[in-house]
Amino acid sequence: MADLPYRIVIGLEVHVQLLTKTKLFCGCATQFGLPPNTATCPVCIGLPGALPVMNRRAFELALRAAQALNCHLADFTKWDRKNYYYPDLPKNYQISQYDLPFSRNGWLEIETADGAKRVRIIRAHLEEDAGKMLHDETGAGRDSLVDLNRAGTPLLEIVSEPDLSTPEEAKAYLEEIRLLLRETGVSDCEMQEGSLRCDANINLHIPQPDGTVAATPIVEVKNLNSFRGVERSMKYEADRQYEAFQRDGRRLAPGEKETAGWDEARGVTVVQRRKEEAADYRYFPEPDLVPVVVDAAWRERVRAETGELPAAQRVRLARDYGLSDYDIGVLTQQGRATVAYFEDAAKRCGDAKAASNWVTNRVLASLKEHKQEIGDFPLTADRLAGLIAEQKASGLNKQAAEAVYNRMLETGETAKMAIAHLGIKAVDAGALEEIVRRVIAANPKAVAEYKKGKTAAAQSFMGAVMRETKGAAKADVVQKLIAEELQKL
Amino acid sequence: MIERSASDLLASLSKGDISAEALTGQFLQAIKQREPDVRAFLHINEAGALQQARAVDAKRKRGEPIGLLAGLPVAIKDVLCIKGQPTTCGSKMLQNYRPPYDAHVIERLRGADAVLIGKTNMDEFAMGSSTENSAFQVTANPWELTRIPGGSSGGSAAAVAACEAPLSLGSDTGGSIRQPAALCGVVGLKPSYGRVSRYGLIAYASSLDQIGPFAHTVADAALLLEAIAGHDRRDSTSVDKSTPPYSKNVEEPVKPLVIGVAREYFLEGLDAEVEKAVRAALKVYEGLGAKVQEISLPHTPYAVATYYLVATAEASSNLARYDGVHYGHRTPSQPSPAAGGGQGGGRLIDMVKRSRGEGFGAEVKRRIMLGTYALSSGYKDALYVRALKVRRLIREDFDKAFGGCDVVMGPTTPTAAFKAGEKANDPLAMYLSDVYTISGNLAGIPGVSVPCGFTASGLPIGLQIQAAPFEEEKLLRVARMYERATDWHMRRPKLA
Ligand SMILES: [Zn+2]
Repeated sequence: MADLPYRIVIGLEVHVQLLTKTKLFCGCATQFGLPPNTATCPVCIGLPGALPVMNRRAFELALRAAQALNCHLADFTKWDRKNYYYPDLPKNYQISQYDLPFSRNGWLEIETADGAKRVRIIRAHLEEDAGKMLHDETGAGRDSLVDLNRAGTPLLEIVSEPDLSTPEEAKAYLEEIRLLLRETGVSDCEMQEGSLRCDANINLHIPQPDGTVAATPIVEVKNLNSFRGVERSMKYEADRQYEAFQRDGRRLAPGEKETAGWDEARGVTVVQRRKEEAADYRYFPEPDLVPVVVDAAWRERVRAETGELPAAQRVRLARDYGLSDYDIGVLTQQGRATVAYFEDAAKRCGDAKAASNWVTNRVLASLKEHKQEIGDFPLTADRLAGLIAEQKASGLNKQAAEAVYNRMLETGETAKMAIAHLGIKAVDAGALEEIVRRVIAANPKAVAEYKKGKTAAAQSFMGAVMRETKGAAKADVVQKLIAEELQKL
Repeated sequence: MIERSASDLLASLSKGDISAEALTGQFLQAIKQREPDVRAFLHINEAGALQQARAVDAKRKRGEPIGLLAGLPVAIKDVLCIKGQPTTCGSKMLQNYRPPYDAHVIERLRGADAVLIGKTNMDEFAMGSSTENSAFQVTANPWELTRIPGGSSGGSAAAVAACEAPLSLGSDTGGSIRQPAALCGVVGLKPSYGRVSRYGLIAYASSLDQIGPFAHTVADAALLLEAIAGHDRRDSTSVDKSTPPYSKNVEEPVKPLVIGVAREYFLEGLDAEVEKAVRAALKVYEGLGAKVQEISLPHTPYAVATYYLVATAEASSNLARYDGVHYGHRTPSQPSPAAGGGQGGGRLIDMVKRSRGEGFGAEVKRRIMLGTYALSSGYKDALYVRALKVRRLIREDFDKAFGGCDVVMGPTTPTAAFKAGEKANDPLAMYLSDVYTISGNLAGIPGVSVPCGFTASGLPIGLQIQAAPFEEEKLLRVARMYERATDWHMRRPKLA
């Protein structure tokens, strides 16, 4: 990106739904996909006289998230009303947090092309979600409908500083947030189901010939509902802003912000509001709720519950197992359970590199193929360690080891049993030499070709030896023996 | 029978002198006779009340444990949700609204075996001091039918005064229980903020609203308060304190007793007859051995202005939900191209505007506008935020006062009941009728108004007694001391 004639400035506002069973201020279920308006009560549909009661569990999950995001947790926090009219907001105000959010001043580290980068987080606060509008898409002008099942679902809003300087970084930041919140059990972060939503503020800083830097108008891109969409929309918007600047030279004016929607199908951003009238939400303290005081003991309890965070895990995997950055990335991306599986296997077989290879390649592929979670995987870490041990001891080659792995997965057998059932026998050095000699003797045609200089002919001996040994011979050893025998001819 | 106090009636009920059904029947009869004059009720729950009464009689007969109010009819201000019964809040906006749930106090009353006799008239969304802001009817003061009963709980005060019910519930945001109690010659008590759950109370100003009792006597008020007070986890602002047995302890005098009299309550605007009656009441206390001392609540002059910023700001948000979208009054949008297009967005805004325009009355609109303004960017710091600061100063005034005295006394209202229509077009004059009660809401303290005399023309006058937060028990005991020494509470208006 260094050769671009501008610098991209991106800040993300991320909304995640918390993994609570019930809503933020009432006892209704937060379950996704229920029939419209069935998960509702007087509180979340805003009936006269109903009052909110804070869901303590939601608040604790939010504290956990904020701690994972290295935020400062406030001792004292309160709720505020954000007033605006919209049919999916039954009270016509949203209970949110304004001037005293429960956390602020955090950071999150992401991997970039130039190494690790800290993205500063301005604040994270809790608020209630709105319902959903269902508009008539037929064009017949029928009434819009409102589903209030989602109204009142706990939402954590995480606002970053505009520290992201490429679309790839924006995506990486979002992925890191997802990993972190999944790992800590705060949210399932399913963008398709809307439990992770993202708005991005983007503009460009363009150096001018006179040495000044021109800033383009900030555009808030909404409706980003896939990781790829975030990256693509930022690319598109950066190009668009640069072109627009070349054309009209329009610069950022104070207080001005445009809003655009991302059209995933067409791959374009569509500007919705140009000069947005500064919305006045008339925030004021929510009189129906009491402030929350978070004492040191509570903070400590949350810290203890949060467990190891991905960043700390990465450091530990490098230090304790000497894994490559790539393998560490793949493992931590899968989450704590997979890392634990790897560590278990590695400790049992004593070969971290081999365990990491097996887990990051075959095991992850199997999980994906069978749509399984690591916790439900029938081939336990203990069994995998057995396979790795057998492989080392008996010199099973790659194909044979995979056959054994597949059989273990299918039948639930140990490595030893699977090897026995597959008829793989350990071959000693003398026997192997014998087999090599026999294979060469049985193929005079290939020998002749080899002698004419077609070294590729040696490969056919290789295949034949492997068939004879049922794979119970290491390829490099066989190759060496074949070469030696052919030399003798 | 209907003129007797609730405690008296309860004694007759438990002795078996009268059945709950017969008693309820008598009050229903009184309602039928007097409502054409008084117009205190918006909805009479005749069949339901008789059914509840019969159930209580059966319980008594079987010797089952019965509640604190077993068989006593209670009238309910129409601001409180009763499952399946009309709950209009005095507004066209909720004219056809029936809540799917009971307010906490209604659950409590059911648990206490009370008989819910009907819903009473009120100023729309509890905004007003005369009950003239009701969208449906004007309630008369039972003592003189051309006068207002006070407000906003005018219906509940008039119902008790007119002996249409021995007890009733109201809500008090700036004086809406105490002021009509004073003007109707009954006892009206506003508990400390947090003493009674607001769950199911249709909000006007959430940080000020409290539910409280109306009754003929202090003992009756103690009884009803005991039935409704206590922690409710559905209201985060309800306080988890145990409820003393008010009805049992109310007879105990407070000795020694130091009474603070705020000099700010006896300044310009106070009617001479009212002042005379209140001063006489203080003499009665002195006769009972109390020490009366002058105190100062220096921020009192700012209370009305502070209230009309805090209350209206909250109201502007609380009443935003009445938009015609989900429930309540809806005026269809006009099918004109000028109304806008695009997914019906323009039509929607038009519908919301028309619904609110038609559904709300003038005073409600006035307060929504004032509150919206007070919270608007550019004005919020000078209005709303400053009002919160003054509110804190008013609270500190009381904290200081209660450091040196047990209770603060003064007039409940500056004048006795005024004529219907007299102040209807002068909102500022109307606002001043709550001048002595408003600071109690801002400070969150309990207050009670007890009858302390009559004007020459026979209109009731109220004595206001206020105590420190959660000192309802002391408040009631002090009030009862006066009641025992006087007989103002025995008088009843002459009605058909
Ligand atoms: Zn709900």
